[in-house]
Amino acid sequence: MSRLLGKANYLALLPLLIALLFGGSPIKYAKPKLSDYGFFEGHMANHNPVPGVIPYDVSAKLFSDYALKSRFIALPKDQQLAYQKDGTFNFPQESVLIKTFYYPKNFRNSDQGSRLIETRLLINSPEGWVGFPYVWNFEQTEAYLEIAGKRLDVSFIDQAGQSIYFEYSVPNFNQCKGCHVNQNRMIPIGPKVRLLNHDFDYDDGKMNQLEKWNVLDMISGLPSVSSLPHTPDYNDLESGSIEERARALIDINCAHCHRLGAPGETSGLFLNIEETDPTRIGIHKPPVAAGRGSGNLDYTIVPQYPDQSIMIYRMESTDPGIMMPELGRKLVHKEGVELVKKWIQEMGK
Amino acid sequence: MAGVLFASIEKNLQTQFILAEPGDTITIPEGLHLIRGTLSIEGKSDLVIRGKSIDQSILSFSNQDEGAQGISITNSINITLEGFTVQDTKGDAIKIQYTDGIIFRHVKAEWTGGPKKTNGAYGLYPVQCQNVLIENSVSIGASDAGIYVGQSNNIVVRYNTAYDNVAGIEIENSNNAEVYENHSYHNTGGILIFDLPDLVQKKGGNIRVFNNLVESNNLFNFAPPGNIVGKVIPGTGVLILACSNVHVYQNTILNNKSVGTGVVSYFMTEETIKDSLYNPYTADVHIYNNTFDRSPGLPELGYDIGKLLAVKYGRNTPDIIYDGMQDPENSAGLCIQNNDDARFTDLDIEHNFEEWYSPFISNFSEDMSPHNCGREHPLTSSVK
Repeated sequence: MSRLLGKANYLALLPLLIALLFGGSPIKYAKPKLSDYGFFEGHMANHNPVPGVIPYDVSAKLFSDYALKSRFIALPKDQQLAYQKDGTFNFPQESVLIKTFYYPKNFRNSDQGSRLIETRLLINSPEGWVGFPYVWNFEQTEAYLEIAGKRLDVSFIDQAGQSIYFEYSVPNFNQCKGCHVNQNRMIPIGPKVRLLNHDFDYDDGKMNQLEKWNVLDMISGLPSVSSLPHTPDYNDLESGSIEERARALIDINCAHCHRLGAPGETSGLFLNIEETDPTRIGIHKPPVAAGRGSGNLDYTIVPQYPDQSIMIYRMESTDPGIMMPELGRKLVHKEGVELVKKWIQEMGK
Repeated sequence: MAGVLFASIEKNLQTQFILAEPGDTITIPEGLHLIRGTLSIEGKSDLVIRGKSIDQSILSFSNQDEGAQGISITNSINITLEGFTVQDTKGDAIKIQYTDGIIFRHVKAEWTGGPKKTNGAYGLYPVQCQNVLIENSVSIGASDAGIYVGQSNNIVVRYNTAYDNVAGIEIENSNNAEVYENHSYHNTGGILIFDLPDLVQKKGGNIRVFNNLVESNNLFNFAPPGNIVGKVIPGTGVLILACSNVHVYQNTILNNKSVGTGVVSYFMTEETIKDSLYNPYTADVHIYNNTFDRSPGLPELGYDIGKLLAVKYGRNTPDIIYDGMQDPENSAGLCIQNNDDARFTDLDIEHNFEEWYSPFISNFSEDMSPHNCGREHPLTSSVK
């Protein structure tokens, strides 16, 4: 009898246990408006950070339909990032990464002003990292939480002077994790040693970002920055060889999925910058589950033949059943495609 | 049926998927609902997604402009999908990944424009999952596989219907699968059991394919070239590629014009193997108590294997075709018993393909006695 009762109690506890493990959606960690967090002072659209909210950038950037991005990091008071040997950081709970996506009205003339589209927050909650998208209002005075995402008409004049119109997509809460995922857990992508290890133009002058963070007492255990790796800025012709720049571009745009432990692993294609196996990078690798994404081509990469390489075919497409990445892109990243084409053209020569 | 509802439920459904709590049932209302972007479920447990019925609640992605799938479910536990249809997605219809416990019941994945290479690759598509049940469901028109389970373990696929796909049902790099009482017809290939290289889950096994009706899988192969399934010859009933520990029994395999049942190694694909952990051979494959029938007629001639069979056998292609590539490291061979008067050929590709013309002058072995493996299979097997 007592045994039965014990079992019954255990079973009664089960739903509670499950609720504790999986339920209570982490959306509870979000505030309804961006201003509720108090990251900025003055007119919020100007993004003047309050003390403790530090601007930064990353050397190689994810392409997001030519949107420009402002990035900030906010650590809880008196807490530090712990440097990890693999080049990532251990973030204290309640760390926040802030990223605002915006478009200048005219990429050739910044005086014409900009339009803020969305601000994404990554918050290191007691349940791990969670991502929340905030969409800016028309008046540019506030951004509101939109967990189910949103579509917005966007227009700008590009570097070539052409008017571009398209429908921009703010990701939903689930899509945030679609990219920021490793072994089922959400992780930040940008703030890694190799993407931060370069100078940033601070109000009080230029300085290496990691050194600055060290001076500000934001990092523990950081070795000398000269000994640390650095990913080139693929847009900067001087920053590395064609191969180094192309691998940097592919790493930041593809490897969040195409990496062991991430959803793109089903394909057997691994595009992280550390990968050295030619087949796993895609060289003469047949597709596995590409469907019409294969474009009638046999291999991900055919050295010297970019036009026969599935990688280029999928980068050049905007058809949702073909294009890569699957999300966050409505336009073709022309300059990126050119760089990867050059890399493939020169391969093995 | 209610009228066409433009996107009105898209945001509502997606919001419910995001806010769902364990034990919730989320209802897909009756009607034809146009959806523009992938609907996603991430990190949830114990959810039921239920429509009014398979033909009354329809999510149409014909205007999809975002995301590669219709529905995407990841990192979840115990999810049941029941009683609805997903139509015309740009990529896969319903993809499930990293999920333990997924049930498809009375769910249809469909491309409504007939078989076309612009259709999405997979219909019902669990990959890297545990404990998969797909039953009473339907897939029509997938340009790769209609019902596809890949890199997964503990799988039941039963009472389903698949037609107008390249592959009707496919189990790939998966373990402990039972595929039974399905009707797979008018695909390029009816039921495919594959192990492929370069994948994260390397090896499948312990697969039972029984009591299925596999007929008239003679559809042209409309898979986009480059995909491995694009190599499947039209007229394939059951095909076992590079797998071991597979039992195919009590199936009715009718009028598949080229290869009623094929047991072949990965060498038949003529792809180079770079994966050092991959085993390209078949071994421990058992084919017994099946019924084969095939009206006389030529195999598909657009493929090398079809030409070869036509030259050797004319209008009477054998029912069971083996490439002779037994795994040298595995003592369990191919076992064939009690398939009525099914005819057999061993292509012996290791010895017969040294010169391009040699297969045409060689005599393939039609002797089944080396494959009468001693152990009698029971005439009826226990169905769980």
